[in-house]
This record gives sequence, structure tokens and C-alpha cells, in this order.
Amino acid sequence: MGVLPVAEELLVAITSDVDVVSARQKGRELAAEAGFSSGDQTVIAAAISEIARNILMYAKRGEIALRIVMNGDLDGLIVVARDQGPGIPDVTRALQDGYSTSGGLGLGLPGARRLMDDFDVVSIPGKGTTVTMKKWRRRHA
Amino acid sequence: MEVPILKQGLYLIASIQSALTDADLSALREALIERVGKYRARGVIVDVTALDVMDSFAVRTLRDIAHMARLRGAETVIVGIQPEVAFAMVQLGLTLKGVSTALDLEEGLAFLDRQGRERLDRVQGRGTRGGTTRG
Repeated sequence: MGVLPVAEELLVAITSDVDVVSARQKGRELAAEAGFSSGDQTVIAAAISEIARNILMYAKRGEIALRIVMNGDLDGLIVVARDQGPGIPDVTRALQDGYSTSGGLGLGLPGARRLMDDFDVVSIPGKGTTVTMKKWRRRHA
Repeated sequence: MEVPILKQGLYLIASIQSALTDADLSALREALIERVGKYRARGVIVDVTALDVMDSFAVRTLRDIAHMARLRGAETVIVGIQPEVAFAMVQLGLTLKGVSTALDLEEGLAFLDRQGRERLDRVQGRGTRGGTTRG
């Protein structure tokens, strides 16, 4: 059984620091809707905050798509962050703790990865970056 | 959204009321550091009870506030980090190393009072030993 969308995806444009806040708030609302505990809602919101911040820092603008899905007896939230920025030359390195090219803390990607269940980065230098991350919960009958 | 800063005795208390943007956080940092001088404050309490997320920027700004305030002669305590927020911070690898924290406002005030007393004791202790320089 594949991953099925439950509702329309929600798009949040990321162009300023205000959008970082609204992306993580929308993520929290959707996570609540999908039945995640308040602890998981916080974890999801924190992960969204970090990747939204990455978009601002490296690409200046981009978008975050949020979607509730189901897969068998699992409910999930999928977060896709897309930008057309410079891309990440070395994704493996960018996923290491403490590695940052922005003078930041270097926690963005590795930190968000630890918070979520599935985490995937596709980046093409000069074209942009797409980060896809998922959080799952078992549906109670 | 501007964060209200109250002056109570020798302390400044900033209670964050809602989610803050990066610009709001930076404005809070500037306001607190300026007011430490203006009110000759000895302590700063930042109450983050209402914050439902602390990401890397928020943590870095709080750390900067504490270190800058210390350079201006005031001790900072961060109070009210919620359990879920603490969990997410640890997972993200965010620490408040070198920054004092307390459970809530009451504990934060007690902490600053204790710090103040210790500072006084140190000063008086030095005085009775006839001006020997220490520490």
C-alpha cells in the first residue's frame, strides 16, 4: 500500500522571517489535525523552522508544501521545502553536524533530520534544493 | 510584535507573549542591552513560557543576550522553557551553554537574588581581609 494524500497540500511561500513563523505555525496546525501529540507538533514545527530558515539563508526565497498523508495504518505529515537557490555542492557534508557555510550554527539540516522520521535532500548546484521530510504516527483503531 | 520589558527593582523582566520573528528577537536583544545601562540593572529575566518553538536563531539570540548583558554587568536567566520545547531543542542539538535557566519566573527571581547576595558576600569578604585582591 502506497502513500495516499488525505487532503490538498498547503503551500507557504518563504520570502522573509515572518514566513518562517507562519510556516511552522501552519505545520503545527496540520500536525494537530493529523492527530500528532503536542510533543510531536513541537518537533515538527521546530524542523520546519530550521529548513525554512535554510531557504532564507541560502536561496533568499522558496516555498514549503505541507500535506497530511496515510500509509496503511500510519498517518503522516510530509513537508517539502523547495528553492531555486545555489544548491548544496556536498549534501553528505551539509548533513554533518557543525558544518555550515553561512556562519550559522550548522544545525539546520542535521538537526531537522534528527527531529523527523524520513529525511531526503535533492540538490542540484545552480538549480536549487528540495528537502522532503516526513513524520509518522500509528493510527489508533 | 514588541516584547514588553518590565523593571522590577534591580531586574529587568522581558515576557515573550507570542511567536517572535527573527527581527522581533533582534529588537528584544537591542532593547534589553540598552536598558541594562539605562536602569543600571543587575539581572535580566527572559520569560519564554509562551514560546512554542525555539529554533537555532532563537537560541543563539538568547545566548547573545545573556553574554552581552554579562559584559554590561547583569546576570541573565531564561525561564519557562516548556517540556516539549526542551525535547525538540535537545534533538536539534541546541544548547544554552553558559546561560542560566530556571523553571519559572519565581525560580528565576530567587536565582538572581541568590547571585546578588553572593556578589555582595564576595565584595564584603574582600573588604575584611584588608584589600587583598582575589579572583
